[in-house]
Amino acid sequence: MNSSSTQLVLVKRMGIYDPFHQVNMWGDSFKIDGSLNSIASPMLMMKPSMQNRTDCTPNESREPSGDDQESNDKADRKAQRRLAQNREAARKCRLRKKAYVQQLETSRVKLMQLELEIEKARKQGLYIRSAVDVSYMGSSGTINPGITLFELEYGHWIEEQDRRNEELRNALQTHASEMQLHLLVASCLSHYSNLFRMKADAAKADVFYLISGAWKASVERLFLWIGGSRPSQLLNIIVPQLEPLTDQQIVSINNLRLSSQQAEDALSLGLDKLQQSLVFNIPSDPLVVGHYGFEMAAAMDKGEALEGFVNQADHLRQQTLLHMSRILTNGQAAQGLLAMGEYFHRLRTLSSLWSARSCDPSFPIHHSN
Amino acid sequence: MFQEKKRMHYQVEAAAAWSYYMRVRSMEEDQMERVARLASQSAVVIFSVSSCCMCHAMKRLFCGMGVNPTVHELDHDPKGKDMETALMRLLGNGSINSTAVPVVFIGGKLVGSMDRVLAFHIGGTLVPLLKQAGALWL
Repeated sequence: MNSSSTQLVLVKRMGIYDPFHQVNMWGDSFKIDGSLNSIASPMLMMKPSMQNRTDCTPNESREPSGDDQESNDKADRKAQRRLAQNREAARKCRLRKKAYVQQLETSRVKLMQLELEIEKARKQGLYIRSAVDVSYMGSSGTINPGITLFELEYGHWIEEQDRRNEELRNALQTHASEMQLHLLVASCLSHYSNLFRMKADAAKADVFYLISGAWKASVERLFLWIGGSRPSQLLNIIVPQLEPLTDQQIVSINNLRLSSQQAEDALSLGLDKLQQSLVFNIPSDPLVVGHYGFEMAAAMDKGEALEGFVNQADHLRQQTLLHMSRILTNGQAAQGLLAMGEYFHRLRTLSSLWSARSCDPSFPIHHSN
Repeated sequence: MFQEKKRMHYQVEAAAAWSYYMRVRSMEEDQMERVARLASQSAVVIFSVSSCCMCHAMKRLFCGMGVNPTVHELDHDPKGKDMETALMRLLGNGSINSTAVPVVFIGGKLVGSMDRVLAFHIGGTLVPLLKQAGALWL
């Protein structure tokens, strides 16, 4: 039985179990040996399993001629694999479609919620731009979530501010105690801190939007300085409302007015330099591809520097308010905060009146002749 | 034999790493010392970068008050980068800035970055500080 031993060696050398290959081998040895009996039984064993695997066509030869059968099996294997892959792909496609539809549904719900919020804010008399771009649209046409959030929060902040003004007015009219006034003043100042925090987040989201004052009422924008009011302007609003001022207080307030003016001038000059360098950094010929990326990256750095200026300006405003509250007594501070709150409320009311006048042609217009 | 060679090699490597570490530390300390030395040379010393606009704002703030500050432009200094890291360490993690400049020293002592300067100025403590350092008269 030399043939069987050589076949065993051949099997060992192959190392992989491959029934069809072995069938081939057996077939070869059959050809070599010429004796059918020694290999008949393994062949009979292989044949039924082969039949189970393939969908046999009636034309398929039942003779164990190794090569033809092997290529048929290979073709069948390929067909099987292709069908299986197609099934997988179809399944994955169905899953993706399902996920996409779910996403659409949630976005639709969010959109309805946002529209409700805007309707509510509009009723409050806030100035909101025309219905064409109802929410904030960046230049690329996409919605910036940080800015949308800021606009919503600012709407709530305004409501809160009006409420606090009411409380201050009541407290002053009813001659509340020092402690109560002190608490009210502290809560008002922390409310302003909230605003500055919101503005800092919005500056990170889109500094150009914030610095443009687009979120403010139209008349407020007349007095815009680096994304808000001038601190010296705040002093001009507050001080005339405070009647009994001691000499010491007058001196402190004058010093404060001077130092805030100096700080404002410094920041303005720094901002001028930033604007100039931004103008010179934008490439005049955008078709010059080589330098484009580098100069645009430098321009993006300027955007970050602008964020720094907005933050410093807000810091200056907050420091001015805090120092004023230190100079003044509780009653005076309450008066001052109320005066400021009323001033901005009047500006907002004026803005909404103005926008109503622009939109409604039947609004009575007084001509002074 | 082989073990001994291995041990010696390890010791040499460790010694090399340690000496490199000590050199880096001493370089940093050199820069800290240099910063401190420059800071005490004048009444008001500003560390700045010539292209930085916030540094420009700080320079204009002091000039507007009638102070003549000594300005060190770090981008014109060969060791500027190291000095910048030293200043960053000085400012610490409490600073809201991501950049080391501008930083101002008054009378040799660190005041800080732009937000600290503004806070002091609004609070009314900057002018007395300048007078004390002899940068302002009257």
